Amino acid sequence: MTTRRMTRGQWGLWLLFGGPVAVFVVWAVSDNPPLFFKTLLNGLTLASLYFLVASGFTLVFGLMRNVNLAHGSLYLFGAYVGWFVGEHTGSWVLAVFAGFLSAALLGLLMQLLVFRHMQGQDLRQTLVTIGLSIVLADLMLWIWGGEIYTFDPPSWIYGSTTLPLINKFPTYRLMVLLASIVIGVGLWLLLARTRIGMMIRAGVDDRGMLAASGVNVQLVFALTFAIGAGLAGLAGVVGGTALSISPGEDTRYLLASLVVVIVGGMGSVVGAAIGALLIGLAEQFGLAYAPTYSVVFTFVIMVVALAFKPRGLMGKAT
Amino acid sequence: MSAAQWRRAMNSSAAAAVAARGQSPSAAVHAARPGPATPASTEGASWRWLRSIAGAIGARHVIVLVALLVYPFVATPFFTYQIGAQSLALGLIALSLTFLGGYGGMVSLAQMTIAGFAAYMLAIFGASSNVAISLGWPWWLALVVAVVLATILAAAIGWLSVRTEGIYTIMITLAVGVAFFYLAQQNYTLFNGFQGFSRIAAPTIGELELRQPVPFYFLVLACALAGYFFVKHLIRAPFGIALQGIRDNPRRMHSLGYDVTAHRVGAYAVAGLLAAVGGILMVWYNGRISPGTVGIGAMVNILIVAVLGGMKHPIGAFIGAIVFVLLQNFAIDLVDRERFNLVIGGVFLAIVLFSPDGLLGLWQSLRTRASARFTHRGTSRTHQ
Repeated sequence: MTTRRMTRGQWGLWLLFGGPVAVFVVWAVSDNPPLFFKTLLNGLTLASLYFLVASGFTLVFGLMRNVNLAHGSLYLFGAYVGWFVGEHTGSWVLAVFAGFLSAALLGLLMQLLVFRHMQGQDLRQTLVTIGLSIVLADLMLWIWGGEIYTFDPPSWIYGSTTLPLINKFPTYRLMVLLASIVIGVGLWLLLARTRIGMMIRAGVDDRGMLAASGVNVQLVFALTFAIGAGLAGLAGVVGGTALSISPGEDTRYLLASLVVVIVGGMGSVVGAAIGALLIGLAEQFGLAYAPTYSVVFTFVIMVVALAFKPRGLMGKAT
Repeated sequence: MSAAQWRRAMNSSAAAAVAARGQSPSAAVHAARPGPATPASTEGASWRWLRSIAGAIGARHVIVLVALLVYPFVATPFFTYQIGAQSLALGLIALSLTFLGGYGGMVSLAQMTIAGFAAYMLAIFGASSNVAISLGWPWWLALVVAVVLATILAAAIGWLSVRTEGIYTIMITLAVGVAFFYLAQQNYTLFNGFQGFSRIAAPTIGELELRQPVPFYFLVLACALAGYFFVKHLIRAPFGIALQGIRDNPRRMHSLGYDVTAHRVGAYAVAGLLAAVGGILMVWYNGRISPGTVGIGAMVNILIVAVLGGMKHPIGAFIGAIVFVLLQNFAIDLVDRERFNLVIGGVFLAIVLFSPDGLLGLWQSLRTRASARFTHRGTSRTHQ
């Protein structure tokens, strides 16, 4: 009985929000197919970037209840270190590794030196991350200056690919999409199929119980923080190649990951994927079809998600 | 300092609010009772001591007030305008956060957004250099409309963010604030994009030119004092007491029959009113408003000011603002101009790490240490 009523309500919601979207899709496809599909692909690429950044954010929050507002700084830090390594070795692949490792190391240090000592004080941790993000942003501005840096991706993913319906699309962006799907699946496998993933999931559900059953929780925390931060750094190099890196990008990606996890639900990797898809698509379609109001779409999605599911689409009631 | 205030100071630290939730149910019950206007009746033993403290506070109030009134006549126009007026206006915006965070337990990062929104509305409805957008209404009408609209926006943001609790608040308000920043930057039809509005000056009433340093200082001082005493009154009124009860234990307050959501949204609206007035003063001070004024840096600065001073008491916002403005103006002499963010970020980090209750907390711990020594000596003397 209740389930049937629930489904009816869900049908109503789907119609309410899906209807206008479907009308828009039909109109846009009939009006200008190349623009529509190009925007769609751009949106998917952006969504995959957002997913890479936000998955680390949501993982760290889910396990440690730590809202890491320095997450954008980790993104930018990974990007800068990756650029430095790439410039000196000439290898883009090494740059990606350097981005991952440097951000992971920084995240690990943050967890070991600061957050470990203030567990359970959510607000204080958040304030510390704000302070850290200010200091880090200024240090990075000091070291790398205000210039805009760009990467040179290796030749095998350089150039463009001809796709049906779209004339040409940068190969690299397709690779970003592919890579993030691979990383997303890898993350899911890590969480769902390995012992350490099991510990992380158990920790998200009940930290105290996990500690009581003899697991070294501090080790799990440190590892999760490193993975989350490393993903941000990796996204920094990948995103920096697709777009560019400059001061201010940290805020942009911090906002993106905030909105993505608010919409998707804190602590859920699947939620991060769904949220990233919604936000990335909304942003690109907004830019293509209503340039001066594109932020409003992102915002409306967040408001609607909060209004109907305050804990996010995939969030659990705690 | 009265007993009710004292008790509040003991458990009102925003940082400790979460930790203290389970520990101080009795405080919540005390605070929950509407209108417990019986200061110090519970702590009868220390009544005399408290009264002497209250007397001392009264004298200090008078001294501070006199100093504030005399200040513009002894200071240079630079100090009156750039330091005095700016700190008081900034302090008023930070006061809204202190009220919301310290007494409502909701740390919002969108207070600067509300202040900026009020400033934008003043520019849009009133007069500015951009005649194409500005409607050019008389200043008092534009002022009222701007403050009312900003208060409504604050209530809307509050309604949105009280749907979730605790740490989510900071995220949602941050997201709202940054979204508004990007909207103001992108939108040219209403917010005039990157340039924003300029030449928004304080009005002239009769012969009095409010844009001159000394009159402007007194205008800001009047608003700041009004805001300060309004908050001080409100936290002892039934609404404020209930709000503090909700901060300490929302579930218990709910079962006592209080409408938790309404109180929280109300707190957002009140804080929004304060922030809107601060924003109007800020735009009159700067003469212009652009997306940079409501950027993430500015939003975080308000939090820094409030935390720097300490969220335990309304005066913390103003102390934090004075320290912040002084650092902003004189840190350049010590370090490179470009490195101001490093200095302020470092100071903020040090405060959060080592003294979560800000400068007030530092002062209080010093004083309790001193007074503990004093009272110890006093009791030993009576025993003899």
